[in-house]
Amino acid sequence: MSALIKSSLARKVVMALSGLFLVFFLGQHFVINLTSVIAPDLFNSWSHFMGYNPLVQYLLQPILIAGVVIHFVMGFVLELQNRAARGAVKYASYKGSANASWISRNMLISGAVILAFLGLHFYDFWLPEMAYKYLESNPEDATRYHEETVHKFEPFWRTIIYVISFVLLALHLLHGFASSFQTMGVNNKYSAAIKTFTKVYAIAIPAGFIFIALYHHFNQITH
Amino acid sequence: MGILDSKVPAGPLADKWTDYKNHIELVNPANKRNIDIIVVGTGLAGGAAAATLAELGYNVKTFCYQDSPRRAHSIAAQGGINAAKNYQGDGDSNYRLFYDTVKGGDYRSREANVYRLAEVSGNIIDQCVAQGVPFAREYGGLLDNRSFGGVLVSRTFYAKGQTGQQLLLGAYSAMNRQINRGKIQSHNRHEMMDLVKIDGKARGIIARNLVTGEIERHSAHAVVLATGGYGNVFFLSTNAMGSNVMAAWRAHRRGAFMANPCFTQIHPTCIPVSGDHQSKLTLMSESLRNDGRIWVPARLEDAQAIREGKLKPTQLAEAERDYYLERRYPAFGNLVPRDVASRAAKERCDAGFGVNKTGEAVYLDFAAAIERYGNEKALTSGIKNADKNTVTKLGKDIVEAKYGNLFQMYEKIVDENPYETPMMIYPAVHYTMGGLWVDYNLQTTVEGCYAAGEANFSDHGANRLGASALMQGLADGYFVLPYTIGDYLSNDIRTGEISTESPEFESAENEVKERIQKLISSKGEHSVDYYHKKLGKIMWNQCGMSRNAKDLQNAIDEISALRTDFWANVKVPGTADGLNQELEKAGRVADFLELGELFAKDALTRNESCGGHFREEYQTPEGEALRDDENFKFVSAWEYKGEPKDAVLHKEELVYENIELKTRSYK
Amino acid sequence: MKLNLKIWRQQDAKSKGKMTDYAISGVEGDMSFLEMLDVLNEQLINKGDEPVVFDHDCREGICGSCSLMINGEPHGPDRMVTTCQLHMRKFSDGDTIVIEPFRAKAFPVIKDLMVDRSSFDRIQQAGGYVSVNTSGNTQDANSIPIEKDNADDAFYAAACIGCGACVAACKNASAMLFTSAKVSQYALLPQGQVEATERVQNMVRQMDLEGFGNCTNTGACEIECPKGISLENIARLNREYYSANLKG
Repeated sequence: MSALIKSSLARKVVMALSGLFLVFFLGQHFVINLTSVIAPDLFNSWSHFMGYNPLVQYLLQPILIAGVVIHFVMGFVLELQNRAARGAVKYASYKGSANASWISRNMLISGAVILAFLGLHFYDFWLPEMAYKYLESNPEDATRYHEETVHKFEPFWRTIIYVISFVLLALHLLHGFASSFQTMGVNNKYSAAIKTFTKVYAIAIPAGFIFIALYHHFNQITH
Repeated sequence: MGILDSKVPAGPLADKWTDYKNHIELVNPANKRNIDIIVVGTGLAGGAAAATLAELGYNVKTFCYQDSPRRAHSIAAQGGINAAKNYQGDGDSNYRLFYDTVKGGDYRSREANVYRLAEVSGNIIDQCVAQGVPFAREYGGLLDNRSFGGVLVSRTFYAKGQTGQQLLLGAYSAMNRQINRGKIQSHNRHEMMDLVKIDGKARGIIARNLVTGEIERHSAHAVVLATGGYGNVFFLSTNAMGSNVMAAWRAHRRGAFMANPCFTQIHPTCIPVSGDHQSKLTLMSESLRNDGRIWVPARLEDAQAIREGKLKPTQLAEAERDYYLERRYPAFGNLVPRDVASRAAKERCDAGFGVNKTGEAVYLDFAAAIERYGNEKALTSGIKNADKNTVTKLGKDIVEAKYGNLFQMYEKIVDENPYETPMMIYPAVHYTMGGLWVDYNLQTTVEGCYAAGEANFSDHGANRLGASALMQGLADGYFVLPYTIGDYLSNDIRTGEISTESPEFESAENEVKERIQKLISSKGEHSVDYYHKKLGKIMWNQCGMSRNAKDLQNAIDEISALRTDFWANVKVPGTADGLNQELEKAGRVADFLELGELFAKDALTRNESCGGHFREEYQTPEGEALRDDENFKFVSAWEYKGEPKDAVLHKEELVYENIELKTRSYK
Repeated sequence: MKLNLKIWRQQDAKSKGKMTDYAISGVEGDMSFLEMLDVLNEQLINKGDEPVVFDHDCREGICGSCSLMINGEPHGPDRMVTTCQLHMRKFSDGDTIVIEPFRAKAFPVIKDLMVDRSSFDRIQQAGGYVSVNTSGNTQDANSIPIEKDNADDAFYAAACIGCGACVAACKNASAMLFTSAKVSQYALLPQGQVEATERVQNMVRQMDLEGFGNCTNTGACEIECPKGISLENIARLNREYYSANLKG
């Protein structure tokens, strides 16, 4: 087992598994967010549940944060190793576009943008929430979430940042989601179907988020 | 018999090897640990020998000029490997493989060696399968066979078009296992520069580290040379660019006799030469002759029109084509042995029927095979009254499955689609049957110096049959040498480690250094390639597919003059104390310039036609080779005496007790 | 045609190298890329310069010696070929061609365009074999029938020529395609099963030790592989590795 932990393949598995976990979380996040458009009350109650259920708060939330941190740290470590593996002298001419997609070659860029976005996202939602619950010890209010959320999308700049980040997220997922199956050793007759599914997912979910952001933004302007 | 003792054991042919093995001396496992063996060359013969010797417990050092043993030129063999398994139930047997090989070699090989080869051939396949060599299989999961030239059974095992690579990787993997165990030290990017003899016995080599330029001494109790053939004496051949005769020639200069140097195989199906810049020739596997039909236009004016680009081969009707092999040799047709097919192609081209710009190419056509396979597939797929397009499509798929990689290779090189238009092919130098003379033990005339694989002469006579080179290389390496060398080494169990600090090592090293110094300091006018190409032209034009006394004498004179010019005017840039590819080439070409002359001398001495050696003076009225068994049923073994012209001929009379000598007929 | 060549020149492993410009004329479409370099070298020798050093041997696409990075792609712009099979008809008059050695920490430059790929040998030595003695006393070759599909897939994996184009192309200089091809060959055959656990562990360990990068599934290796080795092999290597480690 110790060999496994030290090996390059193990690091890859960690990348794949944490990635898959985040992909799963993303789907769940999307479903809740979607209710903010179609059923504000449901959105409020689900948000309240997520915010106050001890299992979510004390078990799932730390796992999620750990997942993000691991995925990011490991990605960075792998990237450093990969750069070192080329050696001291780099190619004078390297035509990566001839044999691999831009997306697959630049997961670090899309990943970094997503990470920066997460910073903003935490600043927007998570920090105020933590402050509300734990620092200021405000009382529970199961009806506040929808309005707060919608309000965030009022400034144009924030909406644009969200949209751009979701585009990068889509790119990240377009390679990463399918890639994690390959890393897990899945490459068989179902691979084509898996690839199609991951592509649809990688585009549909971020597109959905974009829709929600734009929906709330433009709804407030017209009001 | 002279001074040559073949040491063929007595007794009935079929029992010789078994009896012999039962009675030779063995070395006990504890003593093997104290015995060192050097193996030069890591192709099928060398790689296999190194692995097996190391498994037995000897300390093995391997040497190869490539960066990895896996790249030895055995890797380029495409078609397959013969074995008398009789899996097809078509009447094959050890005897038949033996018989076909001796007959294919035009009765100039040694019976006992060939029979042994046939006897162990089946083991090779067992061995390789056990190692994980991915041979082609049928749907039932059993091994598939194909047919090769000069035989009437299907006994060739294959791995698509890269049998050589798969077998070599098998041997390489066996080597790797021993390298991992520390039993083989592999010295890659090293070249053997000389053989070191102490008290008449081979006791080591001088090698040059090709990266650092360092001259190194390596000692051992025995030295195995498995360094391949010398086809590159022709400059253009199907050999790898680095293939050379240096190791064998250095051994020759130290007393190992060179046998039948003029026996060279010109392979009939190679991609024709396209221009002066050409550096090597590419083979199209003989397996293509299973399905391809060889032809030239029947009329001279059509051939002319094709050469000028006014006519396409596909425009010629069946009646306007001359399937000359099928016409001349109805029994074997397109599957006659290589020497016969090559000469027939040359005959047609010399008569003006050649089909490429230079007039030196014939067609190899798959249209008939595509149609035949297509119809068959249509039938088995239940397609009734399939139209021509469907049949062609189905047929192409099958041909692609069989030869796809070869067709692709052809298209890349020639820029023509061989599915649509016939391939153009022409003979090219491919293999050398001649090599170091060895006895039944594969020992050369230098005690303790062995030669295996293409580097020796023993099994293929004057012409090698297709798919037999891989068989011989592995047979020598896996199954013959590891036994026979033990008999010799059993006398060495008390010798102890051989010191490299002896005067013999000292003087050999100095000679090597002097020679290198001479080459590197000769800042003449012409590059090494200039001389190599000139030598190649002389060889091809005067010692090639057909030879005559006048040309051969000319060749001897011209090569001798060229050699003098080389030493006076060659230009080798750079220094000797680092990597210098020109210096490497210079040393190799210097040896080719000696071997080439001996080659011509040997051909001039052999006043008969046999196998690949065709002397224009000795032919039947139909233009077939005319052998002279009364006067030339012997192996020519040349002893080095300074200049090649002074070499002394020794004859090993060939004894045929089990085969009746006949005129080889494939008609 | 006339060409401008930019070629990496480096005296030896320790020296610093640099790109050097050469103009060459009289190049014909029928020439292979290496024959074009032969012409250049002949010119250099005649001028009294040192010729460009590059690895090459069989010149028919099977030995895996040739190893050039041509205009940013291993073995040049053509697909399913090695450099020796790349023909000059793929280029046009006046083109500039950048020629560099394969670059990887695990492939140090020896001189000019020649690199040391012995790291590949060491990966194979770590376990790329079946531990069967070469005595010939094995069972009959036909005693184990092997499903044709598996035999064919094993062959396709074994077709790897060890040239290193996968490493050169990969942005991470990863050797996963090479290693996986060898592991796959044995994983697909019954002969390879006995040692499967150790083999994959040892070969991956050696691969990591050599300093190759990690696979990020960009697929560049598969595209550039002259023998068309498939990414499926990498997935198979992953599976073999996990199951080997889970077994213990």
